[in-house]
Amino acid sequence: MATAYDIATKQAPEQDSLAPVIAVENVYKSFAGHKVLNGISLRVERGETLAVLGRSGTGKSVLLRLIIGLDTPDFGSICIHGHAIAGLSLDRMGEIRKKMGFLFQQAALYDSLTVQENVAFPLEHHRRDLPKPERAGRVRQLLAEVGMEGDLDKMPSDISGGMQKRVGLARALALEPEILLLDEPTAGLDPISSAEIDELILKLQREHRMASIVVTHDLHSARTIAGRLALLNEGDVVIEGTFEDLQQSDIGFVKEFLKQS
Amino acid sequence: MSDRGFTPAAGLNPPLPLRRIELLSSVAGYTTRLFNGFFEWFGSLGIFSWQVLRAAVTPPYEWRELIRQLDEVGSKSLPLVAMAGAAIGVILSLEARYTLSRFGAKSMFPATLVYSVIQVMGPVITGLVVSGRVGAGMGAELASMKVTEQIDAIEASAINPYRLLAATRILACILMLPLLTIATDACALLTGWFAQAMVEPLSFHQFIANGFNGATFSAFLPQTFKTAVYGLIIGLIACFQGMRTRGGAAGVGRAATNSVVLASLFLILADVVLVKFILVFFS
Repeated sequence: MATAYDIATKQAPEQDSLAPVIAVENVYKSFAGHKVLNGISLRVERGETLAVLGRSGTGKSVLLRLIIGLDTPDFGSICIHGHAIAGLSLDRMGEIRKKMGFLFQQAALYDSLTVQENVAFPLEHHRRDLPKPERAGRVRQLLAEVGMEGDLDKMPSDISGGMQKRVGLARALALEPEILLLDEPTAGLDPISSAEIDELILKLQREHRMASIVVTHDLHSARTIAGRLALLNEGDVVIEGTFEDLQQSDIGFVKEFLKQS
Repeated sequence: MSDRGFTPAAGLNPPLPLRRIELLSSVAGYTTRLFNGFFEWFGSLGIFSWQVLRAAVTPPYEWRELIRQLDEVGSKSLPLVAMAGAAIGVILSLEARYTLSRFGAKSMFPATLVYSVIQVMGPVITGLVVSGRVGAGMGAELASMKVTEQIDAIEASAINPYRLLAATRILACILMLPLLTIATDACALLTGWFAQAMVEPLSFHQFIANGFNGATFSAFLPQTFKTAVYGLIIGLIACFQGMRTRGGAAGVGRAATNSVVLASLFLILADVVLVKFILVFFS
């Protein structure tokens, strides 16, 4: 059961070890009267990767924004480590967000900062206890992990879309999150760059054992990086399971989606 | 092509009373939407102000960003306000000399210039110039960050954007406006004296001594420090417009324009209240 955030200490509460890392329960969300999510429920356990698939406009990105608290659900609850995030102030939500990494669809790098400053940004705000050389070392290590160690001083506008996603991924990993949310990590990339990003995500999952949700259109990518897939249609999960489960499904929409992908 | 031209049948036109009702109904609808929008805007501004205030007074404090904004608002606006002040000084000097000569009150020239610059023109000109430069810049910068999800990325990184982006900018405007006003006043007085001295011999010492003769701090300090309120208005409106932007490049343009227009408008309206307040409490 969801428990209240610890208001007295203003600290993130202790984790409920039995609760799923992410639990989305019967969530509804509409924008200007248009229903985007229609009673969706999902759970993700530690070390597990869930790929959320579906057509454009089915609320996949909205789901991620709700989980990280950038938007609020109209109805339903979202719990992180067993703790409901509804109604938390920005600062209190911040304590929970420190355990989450988010890769935006367009990477959303800070365009006035260099590549290394982008990755250093969360560390400079939340890890002031670390000496400056140690922070700089951590930034270089993160950028080396995503293969961007040679572009430290470049501006986001001077690197390609794929490179921006790599930097965005390094920034998402800066605070060593327990939860990784990836919004279309391979969208708009060529097949080789997509495969490289998939490999990178797999490697990071092996090394960091995070609970991840990957939103994607790319069935091949979803199959590569996720153990479990959830297919969305009209704001709700049509089917959830392994790729083989999807293949064996008799649901018309699932068959059509697999055929077209 | 069809040979049947389009001629609306007379029977399709509603009768005149019905058309009047439709017209009244659409006017009423438009007025309601206008009022709703007006109150919604002020309501959102109130909520935004509360969030910024709460973020500003609680740690962690963003000192480094504040210093960057002080430089952005202060140092980088200095040349502009200095030039504006210099121009105003010359204009006031020319106008004052002509007007005072007509009434045989040329000896009042230094005091007229000093009082009109410090009490009226200096603060307003500084406010409007900073509103144009800083308001548009802040509005556009934050709007651009908003539409490219950079503000969401800041929030997703567990950083309070109201503290990092809005509180620092608003505070920088509040702190810098009075200092920039002093710079504007100084430049205006210097060029005002210079314009006068070119026509008639008048030492700077004599000009200052006559201009400030009998003046008290209370005659000038409230007028200078009221610009902190201008700073609050400029910073608040620019950050509010920027951080609530929607709609891509067009939205960024609208945010920049609205920031300048609304900040300038509210600044002049606030001046009416501030002048009355100063006259009541400091005169």
